Amino acid sequence: MTGDSGARLRVDPIACDGRGLCAEALPELITLDDWGFPITSGQPVPAWLLADARETARACPKLALRLEHLRSPQPARHPGSQPRSGL
Amino acid sequence: MPPAGSSGHVTALDGIRRPGTLPRLLPGSPAAGPVGLAAHLARYGPSSSALGRQRRRELIAEVGRAGLTGRGGAGFPAAGKLAAVAAGRAPAVIANGTEGEPASSKDKVLMARSPHLVLDGAVLAAELVGAREAVLVVHHRVREIMDEAAAERRHAHLDRVKVTIRTAADRFTGGEASAVVHWIEQGVPTPAAKPPRLSERGLGGRPTLVHNVETLAHLALIARYSAAWFRSVGTSAEPGSMLVTVLGAVREPCVLEIAIGTPVGQVLGLAGGPSAPLQALLLGGYSGSWVNAADAAGRPFSSAGLADLGAGTGAGLIAALPADACGIAETARVVRYLAAESAGQCGPCLFGLAAIAAELDRIAEGRITDLGLLRRWLGQVDGRGGCAHPDGAARLVRSALRVFGAELSEHAAGWCRGAGSVLPVPPGRPR
Repeated sequence: MTGDSGARLRVDPIACDGRGLCAEALPELITLDDWGFPITSGQPVPAWLLADARETARACPKLALRLEHLRSPQPARHPGSQPRSGL
Repeated sequence: MPPAGSSGHVTALDGIRRPGTLPRLLPGSPAAGPVGLAAHLARYGPSSSALGRQRRRELIAEVGRAGLTGRGGAGFPAAGKLAAVAAGRAPAVIANGTEGEPASSKDKVLMARSPHLVLDGAVLAAELVGAREAVLVVHHRVREIMDEAAAERRHAHLDRVKVTIRTAADRFTGGEASAVVHWIEQGVPTPAAKPPRLSERGLGGRPTLVHNVETLAHLALIARYSAAWFRSVGTSAEPGSMLVTVLGAVREPCVLEIAIGTPVGQVLGLAGGPSAPLQALLLGGYSGSWVNAADAAGRPFSSAGLADLGAGTGAGLIAALPADACGIAETARVVRYLAAESAGQCGPCLFGLAAIAAELDRIAEGRITDLGLLRRWLGQVDGRGGCAHPDGAARLVRSALRVFGAELSEHAAGWCRGAGSVLPVPPGRPR
């Protein structure tokens, strides 16, 4: 699977406590700053990491990590199917 | 384009008035104290009231034609906010007179001298969006004046919406719009996560309009005198007048009302001119930018005129730094204050600004000459708070590194030209 997923990871900085689980689970997309708080790239999540990103967002103990849908996913368009929105 | 009416007009804190086409917002009379209701109405005429739906729509469009932007620092078009909130159900209106910036006085001076113009604007905004109440959140120093003005209007049965006045939180971040909402609701002035926008969900979950008090004062005059009148001073891209606070090394530190686009050097002249040779100016506020004084002198005081210096008009602050003061020491002191004023909700702001402040202190003390770590941390706080507080502090520090290269070398060589302090910073408070 190639292309981006049309989704982006976003941290709610007020909710985030800096536990760092997300950076451990998804080092491809999340790094920590010098004080242990997650930095997301702001780039669309690649399609091949979408499932991991979704799982990581779900696992945040403060519910501070969100997967935002920017638009419908690029690939996997079947005739007759509705474009999917939401997660 | 040269600004119209750039001769300016001044009401200094000492009450001295100079001739010109302005002021619009501040009283023309040198008499101290607030303008009472009778004198207010004699000067401006009656405010619009009891507006029908059609007239409300027309007035919001007129504000759009006027090109009025928010005067609290962010500069968002006022008509856009009005229209967004007017479209919602049971909206709320807040007039923001918090002015938590310790160097800025323009909102306090406006409320202290022209309280009824601010009240006109708040009441009109409530009518325009269909709110039943306008809540004014005002700095404690002008609370009494605003209370008295509001009482005067109640006795005169002037307004069709309820006016409530609250004392603002005395904190730097307390003036951020969502922090003002939180302050009213919970008594804690902390910014909220966005989304949702306040225009969607704010006070009590209602669509909420938060406008700076100066913005509302302009609104009250646009409703009376038209967009064309408003645009008769200022530049075509940034029309109108604005209040500025001029402080530091000028002979008459004061609040002025200038046409947007008035050359910076001319604004300093209206404040009595420099009281010493100047090296730099802090423009906008403590979230603003340092600029070289000579570079800025001929520039129009407008966002467009200052953009390539990395500065903007912000909340209208102009602080003049004399040549014998140290920009690095000044910046370090202000950043220490900004770090302490973090609402403490977001890690990068709470820990990052403290780290940046401490590093800047070490640089100011000459203990560190390598700026690598400082630059790394500036990059790590940008855009990473729930509000723009960390971004503002980072902007200030970056501008200091641009403008005070000579001081940096001096500090690295173990000396500092610093004499006294120019920028006011309130004493530390327990958190």
